[in-house]
Amino acid sequence: MIERSYEKYFRQNRLPHLWCPGCGNGIVMKAIVQAIEKKGWSQDNTVIVSGIGCSSRASGYMDFDTLHTAHGRAIPFATGVKMANPNLNVVVITGDGDCTAIGGNHFIHGCRRNIDLTVVLFNNNIYGMTGGQASPMTPLGKKATTAPYGSIDRPFDACKLAEAAGATYVARSTAFHVQHLVKLIADGMDNKGFSFIEALVQCPTAYGRRNKIGDPAKMMAWMRDNAVMKTAWDKLSEDKKIGDKFPIGLFYKVEEETYNDSYEKVRDIAGGSLR
Amino acid sequence: MKSEFTLKLDRCKGCGICAAFCPKQVLALDKLGKIYVADSEKCIACGQCELRCPDYAIFVDKVKEEKESVT
Repeated sequence: MIERSYEKYFRQNRLPHLWCPGCGNGIVMKAIVQAIEKKGWSQDNTVIVSGIGCSSRASGYMDFDTLHTAHGRAIPFATGVKMANPNLNVVVITGDGDCTAIGGNHFIHGCRRNIDLTVVLFNNNIYGMTGGQASPMTPLGKKATTAPYGSIDRPFDACKLAEAAGATYVARSTAFHVQHLVKLIADGMDNKGFSFIEALVQCPTAYGRRNKIGDPAKMMAWMRDNAVMKTAWDKLSEDKKIGDKFPIGLFYKVEEETYNDSYEKVRDIAGGSLR
Repeated sequence: MKSEFTLKLDRCKGCGICAAFCPKQVLALDKLGKIYVADSEKCIACGQCELRCPDYAIFVDKVKEEKESVT
């Protein structure tokens, strides 16, 4: 066999990874490195920043300059990296709890500033690492250790949140739609400004088991059966957007001035420009 | 069509995703919960298993068959 070209982006001595059998995080991590490979970014010029949680362990397996930061604070660290050296490509790996609960404010303000980052949110609908507490993205009625009778807190739609807060590229895909996910991440990397990609992943241990969804393959089959491409979703009548159906694809894309460019203008005025 | 499998069994955690999404039921889990190729003849080298393996444990390559010369 010819060794797969993306394997060079992994820290081989760290594999196999510690995620549970059937966890979707591995699939999305591979999608990210494949997108980086597609873009031709060098390992020395790319920084991976992650917060805390199952998803954020990914930075430890990826052979780039990586930062594993404080809970919820991946976007502020990444902002610092990008501001210090705008030539670096910065990718943020975060989870649903990390991004929308603990780092909720950092997330919306990152979007607001339109800083040139690519943020990939691994949405497993639960706090997997700490034992299955309900996260802000746990769907209504789904069980968690902190919601034994089903969650009554209405979940965030992170894509709508990002769009409303000012992100310039917003997309969603799932661990089942691997090629689609790779393309969306690569397109997000192309976008100058805050790119947000939500990747649905299955958590068979903390979420699937408690909600009796079945094995990892069944959870992925659920993604296959319920994800509707954005173009088809727009044509669907309201009475068919029922049950678990959700849209995937590119939701929003617009060109806006990035934070680095705005800041460079400030430097010009203040007389300290590096250009 | 012939296909060549490469299994990195030290990475396999036996989640069964590859076996579940194989359209030809080529793969199965053994007694110890690791994947093995049960029927390689049926494989069409579609690569669905490799695509969705979360542990990067299975790789499939197409092998070109040498055409038998008809004389």
